[in-house]
Amino acid sequence: MDESMGPSAVLAPSRRTLIFHSLALMASTIYLTPLFAKDSEPLDFNALYKSFGIRGLEFSDRAQQLAGHVIFMTGYMAPPLRAESQFFVLTKEPLAICPFCQSDADWPVDIVVVYLKGVSPLISAGTQITVSGRLEMGSWADPESGFVSQVRLVDAEYHRA
Amino acid sequence: MFVKKISFALLVSIAGLTSVEAQTIYPLNRAEILAGSKFDFKIEFPGSPQESAVKVLINGADVSSTLKGKPAFVEHEDGQDYSAFVLRDVSISKPGNYKIEASYNGKTSNVTWGVYATGQKRVAKNVILFIGDGLSIAHRTAARILSKTISEGHYGGELAIDDMPHMALISTAGTDSIVTDSANAMSAYATGHKSCVNALGVYCARNKNTLDHPKVETIAEIVKRTRNMSVGVITNTEIEDATPAGMVAHTRRRADFNDIVKMFYKVQPDVIMGGGSPNFLAKSTNGSKRTDNDDYLQKFQDAGFTLVTTDTEMKAAAKNSKTSKVLGLFNTSNIDGALDRMFLKKGSVPTFPDQPDLTAQVQTSLDLLSKNKNGFMLMVESGRIDKYTHSLDPERAIYDTIMLDNAVKLAKDFAAKKNDTLIIVVGDHAHPVSIIGSYDDDRPGQTPREKLGVYAEAKFPNYAAPDANGYPPSVDVSRRIAMNFGTYPDYCTNAKPYLEGENVPAVAGATPSQYVANEKYCTLPGSVRMTGNLPFESNTGIHSGDDIVLTAIGPGSEMFHGHLENTKVFRIMATALAIPAK
Repeated sequence: MDESMGPSAVLAPSRRTLIFHSLALMASTIYLTPLFAKDSEPLDFNALYKSFGIRGLEFSDRAQQLAGHVIFMTGYMAPPLRAESQFFVLTKEPLAICPFCQSDADWPVDIVVVYLKGVSPLISAGTQITVSGRLEMGSWADPESGFVSQVRLVDAEYHRA
Repeated sequence: MFVKKISFALLVSIAGLTSVEAQTIYPLNRAEILAGSKFDFKIEFPGSPQESAVKVLINGADVSSTLKGKPAFVEHEDGQDYSAFVLRDVSISKPGNYKIEASYNGKTSNVTWGVYATGQKRVAKNVILFIGDGLSIAHRTAARILSKTISEGHYGGELAIDDMPHMALISTAGTDSIVTDSANAMSAYATGHKSCVNALGVYCARNKNTLDHPKVETIAEIVKRTRNMSVGVITNTEIEDATPAGMVAHTRRRADFNDIVKMFYKVQPDVIMGGGSPNFLAKSTNGSKRTDNDDYLQKFQDAGFTLVTTDTEMKAAAKNSKTSKVLGLFNTSNIDGALDRMFLKKGSVPTFPDQPDLTAQVQTSLDLLSKNKNGFMLMVESGRIDKYTHSLDPERAIYDTIMLDNAVKLAKDFAAKKNDTLIIVVGDHAHPVSIIGSYDDDRPGQTPREKLGVYAEAKFPNYAAPDANGYPPSVDVSRRIAMNFGTYPDYCTNAKPYLEGENVPAVAGATPSQYVANEKYCTLPGSVRMTGNLPFESNTGIHSGDDIVLTAIGPGSEMFHGHLENTKVFRIMATALAIPAK
């Protein structure tokens, strides 16, 4: 990953916003923890695909059955585009790269894009999180960023795993 | 309030700068241009003057006396406060110095280009350029220790990359910085022009569209156009990554992966191999990273390429007499490194169990490319030496250096049959890595500082004898080589090999653009927390501005000696091939 930082897409937060983040994070953690479990099905990153090859990916039967349903997945929040966002990328392993801010970095193929119910603060990429949301599958480009995704969790919420 | 004051002061100073800013002429001053090679000529005039207010001369005469075509003149290019004078796709066939003067409003900027011809005598039929991405001195030494063994100060043998008659020290700075990245580093080799960080086959101008910057022709384009030679581009990284892309691409932004695939299709090297298949798939295919519906797997096959996706398929294609061109895509991401593929079975090996080794890719390429009586230009990259050095994972970087050595040995054996192939082995930039001793589990204590033996206490590492390919069967030995990193983010280490997969030293923290230690390593026995010495937004080790070593063998290799700018690698390849000025 021949290192070079491209123009950063994020703004350095002031101390005040940092404090706000911390408070909001605490609040969301406390608030969200008991929320999802009932009625939602777990889906593991490894269970998303039936085949994973050069010519493309094939979703697993289970993933296809769960499409349109509320599920929850465990993973890591990739370094986001903005300090606060409704949109972030969930990865199987913590990412050491920031494809949003580094022009030489590329995303893993098996990412899941998360659209939250509301604007949410950041959480460290090293912290495992569980995300609950409605599973959407198929190629789709985010109208604002043009970011193409194959799997999404929409109307989602998250908490520390 | 304080911030506002600064902003105002900044604005004033920027405004001040603009008014005195000079015209910028591309190619930049001191460009060395191969006679007949194509380039875009561009001048940016600050202040957006009208065409009638500017004057451009080449050697004191009108531009048309030297360059064909009618220049375009664009005021407020891309909405910015300058006018662009652009003449694309031009060339100069007559060698000599060319002084370019651009005048406006009483100010004249000038640059001088040196246009050179290669001479008539073609000494090399073929050129093979091996790039060890990030290959630094410590990688070579470590690879020699592990694969050739060492006792009483003597090595058990020579590396193929060292055992070459000619050597040069290569400096790598770009137009913008003393420290380069793999994009402009490769661009220097492939075009003979220096560029800036993240750029491939272009000068870095002020265009907003990354694909509009002034282009310079690549060696792949040149040898196809002038010599009808075959071209191979093979790597173990994603094929769209900077080094392989440098052979065909023209973009200010190396991450234009989808455009780079399109550029590969335009140039059509005869052999293309690497990872990174998602950028070839139509948007409608699950797993695609494209934003359009172009299916490049199909397009390449329609253009006569045999598509191979495994080592087995690749070898079968090489044996088939009907195969002429090959597109090999073996992983959705990078091809796994030698340590993972052959020994640990980690990384993506369970998903892609039949990926080729770089040596097999080289053999297949030589089999196919050597069919062309006009010769071939082959670029081979061992690209993960760099990636594993970024991730502070010494063993993986060393094993991929050994893999590079094996690939070079194979090419030397090929070239030995006829003395008509110039082989070059070089890094593209350095990493701040050094061998400082060994980590010895028999020393008392737990932490890396206690385990580190220095000077006489380092002794010699105790890896078992290497296998037939030069790889010790295990890296998990009690006295290991200590190849240390001069730069790092916050991270945790116990100085043990990463047997469960590539090291991920740091991860994004809760504050934007700040990276923190990956806690999963912090609880391992003997692990210590290292305070990073890099800016907080750095998430891995970085490149260094040190020179790198080039070794070469074959006709033309004697031109490599002493200290050379990286752009000279292009010039020597072109000279060995005697590229005609057409």
